[in-house]
Amino acid sequence: MMAGRKQAVVMDRRAFLSVSALAGGGMALSLTMPGLALGAHHEDTGMLTAYVAIDSSGDVTITAKNPEIGQGVKTSLPMLIAEELDCEWSRVKVVQADFDPSRYQRQRAGGSLAIRFEWLPMRQAGAAARQMLLAAAAEASGLPAGEFSTRDGFVHHAASGRKWSYGELADAAARQPAPDLSRVRLKDPKDFRIIGKPAVGVDSERVLRGEALFGIDTNMPGMLHAVLETPPAHGGRLRSADTSAAKAARGVVAVLKLDGIGGPDAMSDCVAVIATNHWYAEQARKLLKLEWDVSAAQGHSLDAYAKEAARLHDANSGTVLRSDGDATARLAEAAKVVRARYSYPFIAHATLEPQNCTALYTDGALEMWAPTQTPERGVGMIERLLGIPADKQTLHITRIGGGFGRRLFADYMVQAAALAKAMPGKPIQMLWNRAEDTKRDFYRPGGWHSFAAGLDEDGGLIAFTDHFATFGSGGKPDRTAAMQPTHFPAGLVDDLLFTVDVMDTVIPMGPLRAPGSNALAYAFQGFLDEVAEAAGKDLPGLMLELCAEDRMIGEDVNGWGTGWAFRTSRARGVIERVLKDCGWAKRPRGGGRGLGFGFYFSHQGYFAEVADVSVEGENVKVHKVWVAADVGSHIVNPMGAEAQVTGAIIDGLAEAMGQRISFTDGVIEQQNFDTFPLGRISATPDIAISWVITDNAPSGLGEPALPPAIPALTNAIYAASGKRIRELPIQSWS
Amino acid sequence: MPEEDEFVLVVNGEERTVRASADMPLLWALRQELGLSGVKFGCGAGLCGACTVHLDGSPVRSCLLPVGDVGSSKVTTLEGLQDDPLAEKLFDAWLEIDVMQCGYCQAGQIMTAHALLADNPKPSAGEVDAAMEGNICRCGTYPRIREAIRIASGQEKA
Ligand code: FES
Ligand code: FES
Repeated sequence: MMAGRKQAVVMDRRAFLSVSALAGGGMALSLTMPGLALGAHHEDTGMLTAYVAIDSSGDVTITAKNPEIGQGVKTSLPMLIAEELDCEWSRVKVVQADFDPSRYQRQRAGGSLAIRFEWLPMRQAGAAARQMLLAAAAEASGLPAGEFSTRDGFVHHAASGRKWSYGELADAAARQPAPDLSRVRLKDPKDFRIIGKPAVGVDSERVLRGEALFGIDTNMPGMLHAVLETPPAHGGRLRSADTSAAKAARGVVAVLKLDGIGGPDAMSDCVAVIATNHWYAEQARKLLKLEWDVSAAQGHSLDAYAKEAARLHDANSGTVLRSDGDATARLAEAAKVVRARYSYPFIAHATLEPQNCTALYTDGALEMWAPTQTPERGVGMIERLLGIPADKQTLHITRIGGGFGRRLFADYMVQAAALAKAMPGKPIQMLWNRAEDTKRDFYRPGGWHSFAAGLDEDGGLIAFTDHFATFGSGGKPDRTAAMQPTHFPAGLVDDLLFTVDVMDTVIPMGPLRAPGSNALAYAFQGFLDEVAEAAGKDLPGLMLELCAEDRMIGEDVNGWGTGWAFRTSRARGVIERVLKDCGWAKRPRGGGRGLGFGFYFSHQGYFAEVADVSVEGENVKVHKVWVAADVGSHIVNPMGAEAQVTGAIIDGLAEAMGQRISFTDGVIEQQNFDTFPLGRISATPDIAISWVITDNAPSGLGEPALPPAIPALTNAIYAASGKRIRELPIQSWS
Repeated sequence: MPEEDEFVLVVNGEERTVRASADMPLLWALRQELGLSGVKFGCGAGLCGACTVHLDGSPVRSCLLPVGDVGSSKVTTLEGLQDDPLAEKLFDAWLEIDVMQCGYCQAGQIMTAHALLADNPKPSAGEVDAAMEGNICRCGTYPRIREAIRIASGQEKA
């Protein structure tokens, strides 16, 4: 897809559109947007955000710039372009872009951001191309442009019955001036023919053919396979190494000692075994005789953290995160006070495709094949830590066997690059085994909450306090271990106090699907369920009461929905809907079966969920989960959207049921799926989803369905059995 | 440690020679000696099913099966099911309702589902769950896996 001569450039305040002729005939259109000032490191420079090419046969190629991690953005974003272009979806080919920071802005997957940021510009790009095709038809026929219409990849002239395919017009369209983007005509949503219709993932068929699409499938002649022996405890340093036996083992090509660089998110001290087959490397690894200094992690044990959290709670220490009114005084005068402590453990990402990266270093240039959610991070780290300039790096983004936040880190890229640099000219695939993948994660941090709520004579919630013991450094919680001062029910209870204590840890932490929310939803909605009961109500009743007045809590930063703005009326909408769907008013009670409710707002999505659960002894069975969701005005790809919601719920249930990462002196105690259980088919409930459509910008679906599933489950267990779950996981495994 | 040996395996209907140590799991021989990427590595311990292949038509975990133990049994991977009528039914059902998310587990899911339907063309919902229990899908595509197997087996919605 080589672009030929550049023809027209139009600028407006927001976006640039450039049009060129394709070398082999046809048109190419690039949409460039000014930086959205997402963070300090984003200069306000224009970056390519969409690339659309129409060749002379009428085939449309859209380049997907975001990595695909199973969230379906590689399908849904091109759908936005194709909709406004008015072409046939079946003629659209979507290709994955390589990493190219000079061309693509925000080339990452994660944060449920894609649909939110690109809803408008992607549509504008498609509409601009359509307008140019119309202009080309008008020019060719000498008739006024207003007499033409488009449909399924053709321009029609109704009066004469003539029609031209996009392919026929593409050359001429490339010579049209590019339209002013702010004035391109977008379709009336009621005329959408692609958006809102189920579309199959663009690569699904190739996966079923067994094609080599994933990072781990990268293969080339002479490729070697590397495994890493890393410190047994986090923060460990290599003292001495006897590698002679490993070197002599079958298939082994090299054994390399590598010094740690850049901290745990890059590379710790390690010994790499490089062999002709992963199996040989793994076997030889067992022959390494290494001595480690693991003193840095002394005392860093999950039990010790829990004890320290309890001590902090008892001491009622902590710095103030938010204080409204005088919650302490109001608690003292309340008719009834409810107190409870809630905790959740560290958990791992456990992507099914273990971390891996393939790299080849030749003549000072590095070529990499990586399943990564944030290509720029890896390239930047490799430049900084290994001294390979970014412009000497080529990165191919492969399909990704599950992200969930794990592949926002680039440690595996740095490691593969370091190995490749040490062995120039040899393609090397580094692959972690499952135990390594479990042990070297960036975990969802554990946390401990001590709650109190005050009720007045009528059961009204008059005071609320939370003392949160979490992790970070220098008194500041880590980003993934933090809580927002606007967290529910802040702003809705006049006297409210949030305090935080921060503990040090050597255990690496990172975002896991619905970061923060995946833990906080359970703690807060679990406690509020207790509060509602003490007030003689139920949780959804209490929530509706708190949300009765239409309010906006928090600021909607720059209108992009990047803030924590929470709208009470949208919460009410989904709560009322799910109660109706599940027949809440007539729910069964007791007898080992019960319904539980959970609501949460995250990533701009409003989700209310109800779980139907039976409890028999230690056995918990989830029969059904009802979901009501408000993610704005459109569901771009309903097929993908439903998959995201059901997947998130199954994920949340599995996390709550059995997942826990524990450690003693920094040594992670789980290794594989026997001790870190993932959801399985027999544990999968029926899931019924209702979309509550509201007049708000569409927002993403990769995450927000997960958080409320957990309190819905734990509150249902209480309804069924009378047992409060104040500590996760529900079933403790070894 | 076993000697490096040559093994003649029958893979997807063809005789293929593999030079490997006898204890090398079939998984690594298929992926890295024979270049078949349809079979995936997930856990290496028989816990996830990503590496499922057929041995004389029965599903086995190739991460646990030493290449030296395969003998003359016929090995079939996803690549070898491409012209198989039952597999076609599964593929069609899989695409019809877009089962996959990240897709990584799906080869293993198809291999297990194929063995199930070959054995039991009209499985009940309980039989489907029992057969598929060993195949983890980290993305949670289970509801659609159930549905796709139902469609492929030509059964009505319950
Ligand atoms: S890789 Fe064989 S069962 Fe998981
Ligand atoms: S589709 Fe991702 S693991 Fe199954």
